[in-house]
Amino acid sequence: MLQLANAENVRAEAQSLRQSPFAIRGLTVSYDQKPAVFSVDATIEPGKLTAIVGPNGAGKSTMLKAALGIIKPLSGQVTHLGRPVADEMHRIAYVPQRASVDWDFPVRVIDVVLMGLFRKTGLLGRLSGADRKHAMACLERVGMTDFASRQIGQLSGGQQQRVFLARALAQDADLYLLDEPFAGVDAATEKAIIAVLKSLRAEGRTVVAVHHDLSTVPDYFDNVLLLNVRKIAEGPVATTFTDENLGAAYGGRLATARIDPAAVAG
Amino acid sequence: MFLEALFFQLGYNATLVTFGATLLGIAAGVTGSFLFFRKRALVSDAISHATLPGVALAFIVMVTLGFDGRNLPGLLLGSAISAALGLFAVQWLSSRTRLTEDAAIGAVLSVFFGFGIVLLTVIQTMSSGRQAGLEGFLLGSTAGMLYADALLIAGGGALALILVAIFRRPMMMASFDPEFARSSGINLDRTDLIMMGLVMGVTVIGLKIVGLILIVALLIIPPVAARFWSDRADRVVVIAGGLGGLSAWIGASASAVAPNLPTGPIIVLTAFAIFTASMLFAPARGLLISAIHHRNFQRGVHIRQGLVSLAQGQPIYEPMTIRLLRAEGLARADGVPTPDGVARASRVLRDEKRWETARSDPALEMAAARYDGLTQIEDVLTPDQIAELDTRIGGPRGVTP
Amino acid sequence: MSGSEFVPLSLTPLIIGCLAAVACALPGNFLILRRQALIGDAISHVVLPGIVVAFLLTGAISATAMMLGAAVAAVTAVAMIEGIRCFGRIEAGAAMGVVFTAMFAGGVLLLELSDTSGVHLDVEHALYGNLESLIWLDATGWGSLLEIDALKGLPPELFRIAAVVVIIITLLAVFWRPLAISTFDEGFAATLGLPVTVISLGLVIASALAAVAAFDAVGSIIVIAMFICPPAAAHLMTNRLGAQIAWSVGFALASAIVGFVLAGYGPLWIGGTDAVSAAGMIATVSGVILAITAVAGPRRRAVT
Repeated sequence: MLQLANAENVRAEAQSLRQSPFAIRGLTVSYDQKPAVFSVDATIEPGKLTAIVGPNGAGKSTMLKAALGIIKPLSGQVTHLGRPVADEMHRIAYVPQRASVDWDFPVRVIDVVLMGLFRKTGLLGRLSGADRKHAMACLERVGMTDFASRQIGQLSGGQQQRVFLARALAQDADLYLLDEPFAGVDAATEKAIIAVLKSLRAEGRTVVAVHHDLSTVPDYFDNVLLLNVRKIAEGPVATTFTDENLGAAYGGRLATARIDPAAVAG
Repeated sequence: MFLEALFFQLGYNATLVTFGATLLGIAAGVTGSFLFFRKRALVSDAISHATLPGVALAFIVMVTLGFDGRNLPGLLLGSAISAALGLFAVQWLSSRTRLTEDAAIGAVLSVFFGFGIVLLTVIQTMSSGRQAGLEGFLLGSTAGMLYADALLIAGGGALALILVAIFRRPMMMASFDPEFARSSGINLDRTDLIMMGLVMGVTVIGLKIVGLILIVALLIIPPVAARFWSDRADRVVVIAGGLGGLSAWIGASASAVAPNLPTGPIIVLTAFAIFTASMLFAPARGLLISAIHHRNFQRGVHIRQGLVSLAQGQPIYEPMTIRLLRAEGLARADGVPTPDGVARASRVLRDEKRWETARSDPALEMAAARYDGLTQIEDVLTPDQIAELDTRIGGPRGVTP
Repeated sequence: MSGSEFVPLSLTPLIIGCLAAVACALPGNFLILRRQALIGDAISHVVLPGIVVAFLLTGAISATAMMLGAAVAAVTAVAMIEGIRCFGRIEAGAAMGVVFTAMFAGGVLLLELSDTSGVHLDVEHALYGNLESLIWLDATGWGSLLEIDALKGLPPELFRIAAVVVIIITLLAVFWRPLAISTFDEGFAATLGLPVTVISLGLVIASALAAVAAFDAVGSIIVIAMFICPPAAAHLMTNRLGAQIAWSVGFALASAIVGFVLAGYGPLWIGGTDAVSAAGMIATVSGVILAITAVAGPRRRAVT
């Protein structure tokens, strides 16, 4: 069962690294000597919608943050089309969890979207009228133009999430990474967000989202990455999103939940 | 001289002061622990700075009424009233406006202090104000302390300690898990009030010895230092009391030898020295022991990941992994495993496989949760359970670890 | 009051008070929004040991050495706080409490132990400053503002604080967007490639510069009022960052002017004979302004 590194393996590996917009190798993150993410390899397919799924505390958000260098991993390498992610950040847009932001901050919706243009204008650059127009167009895509001058904290959770998505759109990236974009949002927002994500896919961009609602995975996503500290499985929803893999990811919990109580009693 | 002071042989007054300071240090360390667990350590900074206008106003009132303005109980009563006002202002600002507690603390401490300074300059212009000596309350002083004052401080320290002993249980529960404490019938508001009352009491008693600017150190530093010695809250409280008492005892003794130096800074620096030693060398959570653990853990993870990659024929990218594998004699510089490495790799792979199987078995879920990437499954499961797993895995068997 | 009295005795302390208040209020806005108000507290406490050590090393009080000493002390303090927080796994507030009290105590003790009789540095001065002493003796009236010789006699503290105000305004104008973005959403700022640690340290250093320049005038504790009160009051007035900063500057100037006038002339109005501490009065007025906005500010309530 033991195979040694051979030329063919190495070639195939190099090939998949070159093609994947988000390839993770041997990523381990630990808090206090308890790994939150352990030795994860993942190869995200280009031009697809991929869900990262797993139970609470499975390290989904941690993996994303560590892959982007927001928190420091213990080990591991992450590449975008074969180059280190750290050098390719301008091709990547990240939408953090809503809870990670200070909603009391004195800033308007349109100002938040304009933050997405920071890469383009640079450190000292000033914003032009065209930039503002572009930001408004991004708000239009998420249906939030009417709220452009509101203070960000005055919006509902779903509206805030849409503004974050608009900011990511303004970044005009190849790869979109979203951390729980559907957490605590209303049904209308969920629909609006998934429509935008699908339009990004139609434009040939890659979208990866941490997701917690198992029932919508087959409707929303093409691929799935099952995670519980370690990677359980990855691949197309049809072949990967199986009861067996889910059981492995969610441990006994999901499996037990599906067992008929009467049978257990008997 | 210092040794004599340390062992209470410098005359009755100095002994009483040192004794009182030690009691105060113990009470402060214990009280401060609850504040620290509650993550509100710096509220005490607002409380202590807020005492200044009270001290000054009490002086003015006492002089106006024809009493001696330096009467310590009167000054301390005034300080307690204005400290309570300051605490109320912090609570009000952080609950009724959008300001966060840290902004409220900073605003209250500086404004109350500023107003206190205004009052101090008023006192300096009063005929009886020149020798008021209220500046001693800023940084603490034990020089020229009256017998009655020393007695008051010693008594106050003892009283604070008794109150802490009485209320320790509700305070512990409220600081560990407020929601649970509430559900088990503890009145959170009242417990918080008691906690803050004790903090205020310690502050007021400590004003004369440590001074209002630095008294907060006696509430914060010993608990933080104690945290490095234990992971159990009840022990942290006791250790914090001990360290606080030790700091105050040594500091007050040193200050008895050098009466011209302010007492507060000496006590605080003693506490800080104890803190530094604790942070570096404490065996429970000290930096030295943590660094060693972390290094071993990181090495273990790298080696295990490297072995898994070797076993699956995947290339290893990380220079650190290859270096560690080489150092252990498990692989060559080009990433090709040595015979020893091949053997270890297959064992690791089998271990991983067993864990994987264990994880998908509801009966083994508790044990499987102990997986951390390093623990061998043999340490968690019985040989029978492992044999059972192996029959499920199938494949080659018989390699003994 | 005539110019011949006002200009030499009150004009320069008033201007220095105003500049100090503005210098602190500007970075204070960001400290408050970053939930780091107490970093301002810590910085202002450690300015004292910074200055004392700089004095002991150079043997004289020079502006450059003081600024450098204070900046080094502030960065050291922040590094220690972060070290205790990350490696010791201690909550930030407690870590701050450990560091700034210890450093402040060290500063006080060093100051008491060293011979500073020849220079203008003592503990009381360090605690609450001496704004009233920063007078312009060469002035004889408003006309002195046009006399080169008289202008040469302006207190050096005035130029120091003016230079710091200019530096801080420049930094703020240049780094406005990165500062605003990383304050609002640090994780996002990091993915933009912004050096979030450098930005946050830069803010600390700017605050330390403001604190040391204001130190002469108001000492190390009342400085905290200038860092926190005007921006906190401004935060209760508006939901726009630019507007908040404008309000905070207005409140800072109002505190400085009203506080200085009340301290100097207030006691005379009510029949007293001597002025009271101007620095203390400025802090008091800034507190009154904050209290008013907390009761009546249009944006005083939390939004969520």
